[in-house]
Amino acid sequence: MKPFAFTRASNSQTAIQAVIKDQAAKFIAGGTNLVDLMKEDVEQPNHLVDINRLALTRIEEHNGGLRLGALARNSDTANHRLVRERFPLVSQAILSGASAQLRNAATNGGNLMQRTRCYYFYDVAMPCNKRQPGSGCGALEGFNRMHAILGASTQCIAVHPSDMCVALMALDAVIQVEGPEGSRSIPFAEFHRLPGDTPQLDTNLKHGELITAIDLPAAASAFSAHSYYLKIRDRASYAFALVSIAAALEVQNGTIKQARLALGGVAHKPWRAPEAEAVLNGAPLNQETFRRAATAALKKAQGYKYNSFKVELGRRGIVRALTIAAGEGRTA
Amino acid sequence: MEDLRRRDFLKQTALVGGGVILGQQLLTDGSGTLKQALALVPEITAEKIAVRLRVNGANYGLRLDPRVSLLNLLREQLDLTGTKKGCDHGQCGACTVLVDGRRINSCLALAVTYDGAEITTIEGLAKGDQLHPLQSAFIEHEGFQCGYCTSGQICSAVAMLQEVEQGTVSHVTADVRRQGPVELTDDEIRERMSGNVCRCGAYPGIVSAIREVSAAGRSSSI
Amino acid sequence: MSERPANVGKPVSRVDGPLKVTGRARYSAEFKTENIAHGMLVMSTIASGRIKSIDTKAAERAPGVLGVITHLNAPRLNFPERTVGPNRVVDDQVGPWVGRSLPVLQSDTIYFNGQPIGIVVSETLEQAEYAATLVEVTYEERPHATSLEAEISRAFPPQEGLMKNSPFGRVADYSRGDPEALSKAEVTSDQTYTIPIEHHNPLELLSTIAQWTGNKLTVHDKTQWVPNTQDHLAMVFNIPVADVHVISQFVGGAFGSALRPWSHPVVAAIAARAFRRPVKLVAMRKQMFTSHGHRPYTVQRVALGASKDGKLTAIVHEGYGQTSLYEENTEALLDATRFLYASPNCITKYRLVRGNIQTPIYMRAPGESSGVFALDSAMDELAYKLKIDPLEFRIRNHSDKDPESGLPWSSKSLLECYRQGAERFGWSRRKMEPRSLRDGRYLVGMGMSSGTYPTLRTPASARARIFEDGTAVVQSSASDIGPGTWTTMKIVGAEALALNLDRVRSELGDSTLPRSGVQGNSMLTASLGSAVLEAGHAARAKVFELVRNDARSPLNGATADQVVFADGRISLKSDPSRGETYADILRRHNLDSIEATVDSSPGDELSKYSMHVFVAQFAEVHIDEELGVWRVARFVTGCGAGRIINERTATTQLTGAVVGGIGQAFTEETVMDHRMGRIVNANLAEYHVPVNADIHNLEAFFVEEVDDKINPLGAKGIGEIGYVGVSSAIANAVFNATGKRIRKLPITLDKLI
Repeated sequence: MKPFAFTRASNSQTAIQAVIKDQAAKFIAGGTNLVDLMKEDVEQPNHLVDINRLALTRIEEHNGGLRLGALARNSDTANHRLVRERFPLVSQAILSGASAQLRNAATNGGNLMQRTRCYYFYDVAMPCNKRQPGSGCGALEGFNRMHAILGASTQCIAVHPSDMCVALMALDAVIQVEGPEGSRSIPFAEFHRLPGDTPQLDTNLKHGELITAIDLPAAASAFSAHSYYLKIRDRASYAFALVSIAAALEVQNGTIKQARLALGGVAHKPWRAPEAEAVLNGAPLNQETFRRAATAALKKAQGYKYNSFKVELGRRGIVRALTIAAGEGRTA
Repeated sequence: MEDLRRRDFLKQTALVGGGVILGQQLLTDGSGTLKQALALVPEITAEKIAVRLRVNGANYGLRLDPRVSLLNLLREQLDLTGTKKGCDHGQCGACTVLVDGRRINSCLALAVTYDGAEITTIEGLAKGDQLHPLQSAFIEHEGFQCGYCTSGQICSAVAMLQEVEQGTVSHVTADVRRQGPVELTDDEIRERMSGNVCRCGAYPGIVSAIREVSAAGRSSSI
Repeated sequence: MSERPANVGKPVSRVDGPLKVTGRARYSAEFKTENIAHGMLVMSTIASGRIKSIDTKAAERAPGVLGVITHLNAPRLNFPERTVGPNRVVDDQVGPWVGRSLPVLQSDTIYFNGQPIGIVVSETLEQAEYAATLVEVTYEERPHATSLEAEISRAFPPQEGLMKNSPFGRVADYSRGDPEALSKAEVTSDQTYTIPIEHHNPLELLSTIAQWTGNKLTVHDKTQWVPNTQDHLAMVFNIPVADVHVISQFVGGAFGSALRPWSHPVVAAIAARAFRRPVKLVAMRKQMFTSHGHRPYTVQRVALGASKDGKLTAIVHEGYGQTSLYEENTEALLDATRFLYASPNCITKYRLVRGNIQTPIYMRAPGESSGVFALDSAMDELAYKLKIDPLEFRIRNHSDKDPESGLPWSSKSLLECYRQGAERFGWSRRKMEPRSLRDGRYLVGMGMSSGTYPTLRTPASARARIFEDGTAVVQSSASDIGPGTWTTMKIVGAEALALNLDRVRSELGDSTLPRSGVQGNSMLTASLGSAVLEAGHAARAKVFELVRNDARSPLNGATADQVVFADGRISLKSDPSRGETYADILRRHNLDSIEATVDSSPGDELSKYSMHVFVAQFAEVHIDEELGVWRVARFVTGCGAGRIINERTATTQLTGAVVGGIGQAFTEETVMDHRMGRIVNANLAEYHVPVNADIHNLEAFFVEEVDDKINPLGAKGIGEIGYVGVSSAIANAVFNATGKRIRKLPITLDKLI
């Protein structure tokens, strides 16, 4: 790991000022992804600014919804009484990710900043446009079993690894950010980026901007009775998703009043499926509807040598997730 | 302590500031990539950082290279080698310790970010010669073979039973909306212990050890 | 279990348990050593060619760095070429007989991607890790080959196969009976089975602490065979064996990965000598994928023929295994095929394919598990074609004697394993027709497999010492990688010495102790256990010698066959009240202790009997019909293994192996990007080993089996046997559940949807 300077910030303004001075400075909170990447020399910050002492750990009611502090730990968020009651999809998604130990250290803000698990990104001896722009994409014609089937570019076919973010995407969360030029709100769908020609950029966050909170809007609690996060992976636990599905329905008299659908493990960002939602909205609550929605969601999907199975797996997973959500979102 | 921290802060920002100006000048040359430019910046020497930790009841005042993980600190500097390095990347759980009562992977924890924390390692679980109930149960139920993942498994299990007492839910809990006590089924134990890999495959023994301690209502406290 | 077979000893909990659950058991990297420096390896990033330049200046300038050693400044060491024949040079007892150990830091040649090419040594681990990234290497690349399939036309017969009486004899081409039997068979199955590279991934990393005192070398090293590391270092550094002291008391799992001394102890010792400091060298997890060997990539053709009434008439098994450029590694891929089932006609053929890879090494149930996956998958395929229950098909083809050698079995309880296993498992509930059973969204399937592993024994030495306080110790240089050797040697020692268990302790893992055999190939309990047994008998006989002509003793004048040894006391058979304790005897003779060291070797039993352990394994899998998600709901293993020294640790050994086998069946695969000849998933996040949530009901039991032919202990090794039939039983269960026959492991869900 490259040497770096280390400072502890006592409030967000000093933290931001410390980072803004150095293009190669970074905030560190739980560190579960950043330290991992620093050990691999993928991340080489000159300066780490420790934000763990900032007062951003609260989870509280806000405008009828919930405000999740950026520094609340993933495990505390998943187990918070109000999150479980009103946004069970978020709890489920968090709890399906990583391990208890990692969820105890990882923060909500850090979860958003996770970088891809692409093998080629992680190995500095391999080409990767995300890590080293212009070096080529190792995955495009390499081993791409974990890779994207939607929204990829010829520069990068990496996927975003988060589970929590898929639920946040489905529920139209809003990210609160503080920066050198003040505060701003970023709708979740605009936070992460598709790779295009700039795969080195994962998010639209500017250097020095600090995530302070994630807002779950009041309207999204309408789905609490019928939502489910389905994660499909290579072993029963402690593995990244091959495909995951956040499904949320509001049901009225056997009809879907409104629906939300987002996919994980399929794209460079948590993938919202508005085409599928259009099929679901107002449609009768049955398998035929779910199948049509699944087809719509993956209409533009394109597989590569080793991951074409994800297209069909995604379709089937969508039907399954919607089916469980249409019940009561319980697994048993 | 406050003064010390501020001094450190000033020292380091000054140091970093110098490096950055040089870096930006090089970048504006348009010669080479960011990575190459930054490589020309004079080495940033990792200034040692003051850290206070309480480990298994003993207080330590340390000055640490900020790169030192909690795991390496325990193993290489404090001679607490009960905490194991299996992957060093948060992928096996062998390094699990309790920080302020919560289980984390010490390999991904920079020690400098845990100033003031209270840490319990496997060496801190027994009271003298009296083993923690989970330690005894792991022997009794064949919860290990080689023993290398065992420290992490036991620390993890200690915290896990506390989490269950607090009513936390897991990935296999049927309905996360339901509040109140959680029934600790074998599947709940398995899911909650899945962050600790055992390559010898002693999972059945691990599950029955934990089940017994939980069912006996024996104290899971540390 | 309410009743326990007579061959099973009383369950004893692990003697090293308290040390392990309190974190006080010290593994190789954990010995506090004054003035220690930390090493970190630099690994190649190309698969083939040579190092053109290696610039260490930046690394040397980095804070805390003591120096960098590469092929340019490393001492020239002795890595002898091994040869086939009587004048075999032994620098490594486990390494292939053809080739030589990787000559680390001896030249600019790159044999494989991830090859150790330098070591950086620093004051702290963090400094070493960083400085290692500053070493700039340029290469002259040559074309590489890492795909077995792409190179299969260059396959060649292993030289080892040409040797007579070599332990690798079964890699030679073999044919018995009618070579045209397959074409004449009434019903046939002819398929190809593929097993990818798999890595042991023990939780403990390869670790060495090396320290020189003058010309004497001391290493704490992670190894499965202390004397092998000792011999290797002595030969490589050209110093007397007695000047190398190897210590390895606790090993954090190995599964074959630490059978050979790889580059770590050598490089650590080079560095320790160069910088005149103790040096600690621990592999990173990613380095574990190329620092030691792996289960080789294999492609196997198995063709079976049978009569319509279900009698095997032909077996053809051709195996292709990958090896490195500098060694010919073979394994027992085809061995079981020659004797597991009775067929008058059998052909096996073994071929090697070279690649730019580290030399493969035995990984848990090496060869047998790969070979049996193919063979017992084929048996299942043929059973379906014959419309015969797969268990019944195996029973019909049971081999009552060894069809290869014609020798009788020393013992074989496979039929009993089938019977009891089927009963415990509920095999009768299975439906032959695939996709017949369901549990909600899950298709339920049941499958089974046989398995076998040789019962072997190597020379081993042990010492037993009785103290004047009536306690005793048994000693050997063996290491304990987890099966419980600390415990079993104590049990055997107590039995041999006729002492209560709590009066005996074991001491292991130090080359100054009597030379042990290897902990591997399921041989240690038989080899070392026999030595401990004999040493214990010898030591107590020496105590008896003291009193035979001792007028002060109530035993004066007794002969050996007139006395019994029990509970630390020697007494007359005819009058048990006449006797005295070891302690009394030693004290009276003013002796602190009395000891006996025994070199124990196998006899000629192998020429009289065919000696193997057998297993029957039954799997019930649940496969989500739409999503392909799998679950091993139940797994039953029945084993006949002679005498079981400690039922408790032995049962854990079987179920633990099943967990490993579930990994082989469903999750484990080391993936190579052949364009770069580089492994892409060299970590535990993407090389998936089973986690706790993957494991449900595992049942393992031993059937009653008495075998007085194999060794004095009557015990068969069980380290591998639990693994052998797992992937085949599971693949067969997956077929029964889904109707999909998966012939390429692992059975990931994408193959099932």
